[in-house]
Amino acid sequence: MRDVAMGQYYPANSIIHRADPRFKLVILILYLVTVFFCESFFSFGLMTFFVVVTILLSRVPILKVLKSLKVIIVILIITTLLMMIFYTDTGSKPLAEWGIFHIYLNGIYAALKLGWRLILLILMPTILTLTSTPTELCDGLESLMSPLKLIKFPVHELALIMSIALRLIPTLIEETDKIINAQKARGAAFESKNPFKKIKAMIPVLIPLFVSSFRRADDLADAMDSRCYRGAKGRTRMKKLHFRVGDVLGLLFWCAVTVAILFLKYNWFGWAFIQVLGV
Amino acid sequence: MPFIEFKNVDYSYPSGDDEYIQALKNVSFSVERGQFVALVGCNGSGKSTLARLCNGLILPDNGSVTVDGLDTEKKSDLIEIRKKIGVVFQNPDNQMVTTIVEDDVAFGPENLGLPPDEIRARVDFALKSVGMLDYAKSGPTRLSGGQKQRVAIAGVLALKPELMILDEATGMLDPAGRREVMSVVKKLNREENMAVVMITHFMEEAVEADRIIILDRGEIAADGGKELFSDGELFSRVGLELPVYVRVARELNSRGMNVGVPLSTEALVAAVAKRIGGAA
Repeated sequence: MRDVAMGQYYPANSIIHRADPRFKLVILILYLVTVFFCESFFSFGLMTFFVVVTILLSRVPILKVLKSLKVIIVILIITTLLMMIFYTDTGSKPLAEWGIFHIYLNGIYAALKLGWRLILLILMPTILTLTSTPTELCDGLESLMSPLKLIKFPVHELALIMSIALRLIPTLIEETDKIINAQKARGAAFESKNPFKKIKAMIPVLIPLFVSSFRRADDLADAMDSRCYRGAKGRTRMKKLHFRVGDVLGLLFWCAVTVAILFLKYNWFGWAFIQVLGV
Repeated sequence: MPFIEFKNVDYSYPSGDDEYIQALKNVSFSVERGQFVALVGCNGSGKSTLARLCNGLILPDNGSVTVDGLDTEKKSDLIEIRKKIGVVFQNPDNQMVTTIVEDDVAFGPENLGLPPDEIRARVDFALKSVGMLDYAKSGPTRLSGGQKQRVAIAGVLALKPELMILDEATGMLDPAGRREVMSVVKKLNREENMAVVMITHFMEEAVEADRIIILDRGEIAADGGKELFSDGELFSRVGLELPVYVRVARELNSRGMNVGVPLSTEALVAAVAKRIGGAA
């Protein structure tokens, strides 16, 4: 729990780690949109292939990436099951039927694709957080959002707030532990089975936590003032983000993938081979 | 011209409705460049208020505070003042802005708008001075209290201040952490000729300073060199405890064994050994 602030960053020296966080973020957005345009098993396979290649390039153990799926496994199973038994295909006969539940061949396909889509949607963001530090992501976001400064949007302040929040998460977790122990020593019961009692028992934890957070915020503001902080005005950065040819090539590559997936879906020119792949 | 100058400073803060606590009463003193000053006093004596007045975090009700000729009252000079005076606070966890040590040290110089190369040079210099260069890429959660406080000192050093105030910066550390911080501060004072104002209630730390200022209920009770430690009367009046070796020496002196006022355990041992005619 203490290392939440580092996110789930997995230190390694790979192309993916070294890539410019801005490009990684843009590619991620492009990728997520593209996943929604996947329709045929062929396009799902294609995306999966590229995701696996990305994982291999990142040199993060594949098990570590797959671990992220643990969180959604219940949702994954429930949604695919529901999709399978409620999918109605009027054009064909059901393979099996029990009252309101029925299974069609197309229903099985649709359920598989739904589950597959969910998995694809989780994997890539996981790779991003495994290969970039929170600071890199904050800097990347700040840089990407910098055009918003033109409409007076406080981009720098937002990035700083994010960075401070990340920084304070482990401190606050430690503090919560301390307060829980202190309240336990005073006889507070946290182990109750009754959920209402459980929530009520958290109040004596939350109030001191709130008070001390405000105190911390005051201290931090003093420390920042003392170190000449005056907002974004005239501020420079030690680490400038640099993009290399590889970053641009990566982005171009993923643009090509998007175009390919769109072709597989819409088949604008009516190419026969796409119709064959388009199950 | 003195570096920091307090002239007849009063300061009070509100406590409840229409009630004020007078934290400082008519305080005047000055600190010169390169000095190592210990500011001591028990809780509520106004030590921390004094620190916050120095770099304009708060402003005096009456009187004036000037730093290198600049008045803290003048808003446009505050950045200049804060560049000259660095403050390290008590809680190491409440001073770090980012998740990585070197990024945190860079925070100050980044605020000054320096070019990236210059910031990098200052960060490396600051981390090296406090002996934390090996931890440049670590997260603060992996550091001990003493190490975190050394990073906080580095964060202040990166601004190249002429004077550093440590506001009970060792107060939350274990003895090993306190020694780490003390030795870094002493080194900076000696080698970089940086003035130090050490606010503390550990007399063992105050002994290291060239000059000791004792605050008592918002007023300066004494201001002098190490000779203050021979005035046991003064210390008991302001509610402070002398270091243990001074207390032992006083007991010995009162029993007719004249060992003087030794300012370290080693000095006490040597003095006793000399009196009883043996080797330490």
